[in-house]
Amino acid sequence: MDSNRPNRADRGGNDAGAVESAGAPPAPAASAPRTLPSRTVPSPGTPPSGSVPSVVPGRPRFAFVPVYLRNLLVWRKLAVASVLGNIAEPLITLLAFGYGLGRLLEQVDGTPYITYLAAGSVCMSTAMAASFEALYSAFSRMHVQRTWESILNAPMTLSDVLVAEWLWAATKGAFSGLAILVVIFVLDISRAPELLLLVPVIAMVGLTFAGIGLCFNALARGYDFFTYYFTLVLTPMIFVSGVYYPREQLPDWISSWASALPLALAVDVARPLVLGRPPGEAWWHLVVLGVYACLGFALASRLTRRRFAR
Amino acid sequence: MSLPEDPSLVDAPITAEPVLEVTGLRKAFGTMTAVDGLGFRVSRGECFGLLGPNGAGKSTTLKLVLGLLSPDAGEIRLLGEPIPAQAQRARARVGVVPQADALDPDFTVTENLVVYGRYFGLSRAVLEERIPALLEFAGLAAKRTARIDELSGGMKRRLTIARALVNDPEILFLDEPTTGLDPQARHLIWDRLRSLVSRGKTIVLTTHFMEEAERLCTRLAVVDHGRLVLEGAPEALIAREIEPHVLEVTGDGLRDWLRHNDPLRWCTRHEHVGETLFAYCTDPSAMLAALSDLKSLRVVQRRATLEDVFLKLTGRDLRD
Repeated sequence: MDSNRPNRADRGGNDAGAVESAGAPPAPAASAPRTLPSRTVPSPGTPPSGSVPSVVPGRPRFAFVPVYLRNLLVWRKLAVASVLGNIAEPLITLLAFGYGLGRLLEQVDGTPYITYLAAGSVCMSTAMAASFEALYSAFSRMHVQRTWESILNAPMTLSDVLVAEWLWAATKGAFSGLAILVVIFVLDISRAPELLLLVPVIAMVGLTFAGIGLCFNALARGYDFFTYYFTLVLTPMIFVSGVYYPREQLPDWISSWASALPLALAVDVARPLVLGRPPGEAWWHLVVLGVYACLGFALASRLTRRRFAR
Repeated sequence: MSLPEDPSLVDAPITAEPVLEVTGLRKAFGTMTAVDGLGFRVSRGECFGLLGPNGAGKSTTLKLVLGLLSPDAGEIRLLGEPIPAQAQRARARVGVVPQADALDPDFTVTENLVVYGRYFGLSRAVLEERIPALLEFAGLAAKRTARIDELSGGMKRRLTIARALVNDPEILFLDEPTTGLDPQARHLIWDRLRSLVSRGKTIVLTTHFMEEAERLCTRLAVVDHGRLVLEGAPEALIAREIEPHVLEVTGDGLRDWLRHNDPLRWCTRHEHVGETLFAYCTDPSAMLAALSDLKSLRVVQRRATLEDVFLKLTGRDLRD
C-alpha cells in the first residue's frame, strides 16, 4: 500500500448510486485440477502476454472475470462512502443549470432547458466516470499498488487484466449514467418509455471512454498527466459536443468537426430519446461509438504491452 | 589457493529431477544488456539463491523465468513447460512473492487470499478449506479480519508468502524476501521458508543479503552484469573461494603501519578500503601476534563469510 498516493482513486472515483446486491459475489469458474490431461499443443514463440489457450489447468476459464470481481469487491466495500460524492456532482450540475439557467431560458430547441440538458448530462457523467476509473483508478492498480503485477504472477495474461479493466471502467461509467437516468425519471424531467433505450447508449459511451482512457493510462508516468487529459481533452469535448447548448451555436468549423467526437455522437442519440422521439438515423452513431471503443481498446492493449515489455 | 575439499561440502551431483532449467538466457533493453548468457538449474526440493549486486539482472531473470518478459535468446523450462510459450500453464503451479508486497490495501487479510485464489480458478469451497491453514502457517490467524494497513512489515511479508502458497505451488519464487524487515521478523520468515523446504517445496530466492543466502540456501549462483560468476553450495563456495579467516584492522595508526609493513608477510590477500584493512589469512595467528602490541590499531578477527566471497567476486564499487 502506498501512502504517497495523492488520490485514493481506488476508493471509487465517480461511483454512481447503483444499488449493489448484498449477496456474495458469483463464484468463479470451477477449479480445474492440475492433473487434467494436457489438451493444448505448446506453440513456441507465443509472446508471454499474448492469447493463450483457454483450457490451461489451474487457470480460470474466463480469466478476466476474477480480475473484474476484484474491482467490484473493492467498489462494494467503499461504495457507501463514495457514492454520495460521486452521484452528487453530476446531479448538482443537472439541477443547478437545469433549473437555475432554465428559468432564464424559455426553451432550447423547443423543450424546457432541464429536459434538454438531461440527455447531455447522462452522456457526460458516463464519460467522466469511465474516464476517471480508466485513468486514476487503473493507474493506482497498475503502477502505484502494483496490483496488476501480482495478478500477472498468477496464470493470468495482460489481456485478461486489460479486458477486466476495460469492462470495469465501462461499468463504473454505466453506474453513473444510470443514476442520472433514475433522477430524470424520479424528478419527472422525462418519463418517456424511450428512456430505456438509453441503456445501450450508456454502455457504448462507457466502453468508448474506458478504452480511450486506458490508452492515456498506458502512457502515464504519474497522476499529473491525467490533469492534462481532463482539462485539455474532456472538458473542451463537453463544451463542443452539445451537452449544455446546441452545437449550432458554435462557429460552423467547430460544430462540423465536433460532430465526429464520441461524446457528440452519443448526445445526438440520447437527446431525442429523452424527448420521447426515435433518434432516426442517429442510431448508426452507436456503431461509430462501437468502432471508437474497439479502436481505443486495441490501442490501449498495444501501448500497455509496450509498457510492460520494459 | 588449494584447500582440501571436505566431501560433504562438495556440490551434490545433480541427479534429482530439475524443476527449473535455464540455458543461454539473454535479454537486452535497448543498449543495456540485463541478462547475458545466463544458465543454471534447480532441482526439486532445493532452496536456490540468486545473488548479485543491484542491477546484476536478478529481477529481470525472475521475470524471464516466469514468462513475464520475452527473452532475446536462450531456453527456459519451468516445471517441464517451455517458457514463455506455456508460461500460464507453469505459473498455475508456481508461487511468487514479489519484492513490493503488492497486497490489496482495500481488503482484509482473508479477502486478499480469497481474491488471489480466484486468479487460479480455485472455488470458494477449496479456498475455505485452504485459507485457515495458510493463515496458521503465516502466524496470522488472529489477524484474519484485519485491514492491511494494520499489519506490520513482517506480517505483510508473511501474508504475501501465504498468498503465494494459495495454489499449493510446487516451486516458490521470492524476490528479496526479508529486505526492510527487522531481525525478529526476518528470523521468522527464514523459519517459515525452511519449513516449506522441509515439506518438499522448491524455493528460488533472490537476495543481496549474504547472511540470508548462507543460512537458507542449499545452493546458490552469484550473478553480476547479467552473467553467472559462481555457483555452488554456500559452505563449499566459502571453502573454495576464500581464505577461512579475516582480520579487519582499523585505527589512526593504520596508514603509518602499512607504510612500514607488507601484510602479505602474514596473509594471502588483503584490501585497504577507506579506513579499514581487510586481511584474508589461512592462519591468522602470526599476523595477530604482529599486531598485538600496537595500541593505535583495533583488530577484529572473524571467520570468512559468503559476503567476503561476494565482495571478492563482484568488487566493492557501489552499484546505484
